Amino acid sequence: MPKYLLLKHYRGGPEPHRPVPPMDQWAPEDVEAHIAFQNHVSELLEESGEYVDAQALTPARSWVRYGGPDAAPVTTDGPHPETSDLVAGWWMIDVESHERAVELAAYVSSEPGPRGEPMYEWIAVREVMWERPRATDAA
Amino acid sequence: MGAPPSDRRGVIDEPTRRLDEGALRALVPRVLAGLVRRGEDFDAAEDALQEALLEALRVWPEHPPREPRAWLQTVATRRLVDARRSEVARLRREEATYDAEPRPAATEEGDDTLFLLFCCCHPDLAPASQVALTLRAVGGLTTREIADAFYVPEATMAQRISRAKRALAGPPARRLDQPGDLAVVLRVLYLVYTAGHIGPPTRLDLAAEAIRLARQLTLATEEPEARGLLALMLLNHARLPARLDSDGRIVTLDRQDRGLWDTREIAEGVRVLQSALAVQRPGRYQIEAAIAALHDDAASAEETDWPQILAWYDDLVALTDDPVGQDPAAVLGRAVAVGHVLGAAAGLRETDRLGEVLGERHRWHAVRGHLHELGGDLPAAAAAYADAARRAANIAERDHLVRQAARARAAEPSTSSRLAERPH
Repeated sequence: MPKYLLLKHYRGGPEPHRPVPPMDQWAPEDVEAHIAFQNHVSELLEESGEYVDAQALTPARSWVRYGGPDAAPVTTDGPHPETSDLVAGWWMIDVESHERAVELAAYVSSEPGPRGEPMYEWIAVREVMWERPRATDAA
Repeated sequence: MGAPPSDRRGVIDEPTRRLDEGALRALVPRVLAGLVRRGEDFDAAEDALQEALLEALRVWPEHPPREPRAWLQTVATRRLVDARRSEVARLRREEATYDAEPRPAATEEGDDTLFLLFCCCHPDLAPASQVALTLRAVGGLTTREIADAFYVPEATMAQRISRAKRALAGPPARRLDQPGDLAVVLRVLYLVYTAGHIGPPTRLDLAAEAIRLARQLTLATEEPEARGLLALMLLNHARLPARLDSDGRIVTLDRQDRGLWDTREIAEGVRVLQSALAVQRPGRYQIEAAIAALHDDAASAEETDWPQILAWYDDLVALTDDPVGQDPAAVLGRAVAVGHVLGAAAGLRETDRLGEVLGERHRWHAVRGHLHELGGDLPAAAAAYADAARRAANIAERDHLVRQAARARAAEPSTSSRLAERPH
């Protein structure tokens, strides 16, 4: 059973199919419907026995690198934060196939946006690697 | 092959007071089959027995039962009673009859296993559900152990199992005796086997668990493919100790320390395979086991009997009308054998026709890397290994392929001319 991450982004990815304003500008009932849908997705995955994990990330991000011997770490928020991908959170799922992961990602993408219409948000689907080969894999 | 466990064999080792979990698990399918046979709902009985099993794991080390099987049956029955108080009277009457029941003969134990495997591997269930249910109802494992083995939360595995059982609810689990159903059982056991060893080591060795279940199955059916599957698992499992070095790096078959191979498992595998082949009804598991046996049989990589391996691969691909579409893995395995027998170029030509089906699989690129290397074309080998590394789905294999690519790229031209010589 392969595991996949279904990644949601604050920004980045292909051209939006349906551009929507930031959530703080939505009607309150649309915000509620959106959040309820997120919870519904988690419940659905738990019910189907495919749930592994779900997390959300704050948008704040620091880039950090080694500063060199005896130097402090170097941090930056740039250089072009407005154009880079920014992950907002994920579901980790354990499913039969890649096809099932795509099906679930498409469902996540149908989440309601302003006026309750689907957001058509791009969801990144990434397979999680195992540590070791399967017992049958020929070396 | 060990004798089937009996109640008389101690589930608790008296001096150390340690619980023999293997012996405990072996009782599970027999107790469960008994409950289902007497008319209990499969779902409810399986739940009740799981509770009894957890209770046993908790209580037995301190208070070992005199009759482990009767204990499990009584506690499971009590759970069933608790779950359906309105039917207490009826169940009490039945309980009395069971206590008086004689112990089943060995053949009946085999029937129990087969009966439950057919329930758990019902064709209507998704593979993941068949696997989970088989491990619990036939393997006698706890939900927690199964969840850990598949690296999912316990709640997820519990849900998967209860969904599977709901799908089976309704008319009492029907007895499925058609060969097609046995094929599903074999596939499920092989799935359990292949799921082993993919993550950090867990307490439960799924590959060993699959071997145990396959061994039980061979006691229950004369079908040679069941023995073929057991042989395949044993012959493959025997090599696992040599497959990774102490740092977790993959060691390819040609470089493995053959002294680490488990000769007892190989001997048993060969014996089981021979008894299956004697029936003269070959199938894919017997053929794959024969190929594994030939690898196991070579004292060194150079002594591998590639022509005979190729002959078995010819039989394997002949099992389907359209091997490229229906069994591309067999065609790919055959291409390696062709490369070793007829030369790298011939092997590569064999892989060409798989490009459309397997071109996105790391294995296809890795095999081509191997064949290019065999033929002395190191730049092409390096490129193929790099393509394979990008598509690998596990970290050890990815790292191995990156090393292969780097090694091929760094090799001197003089090395490549040496490798150009054909082995045969």
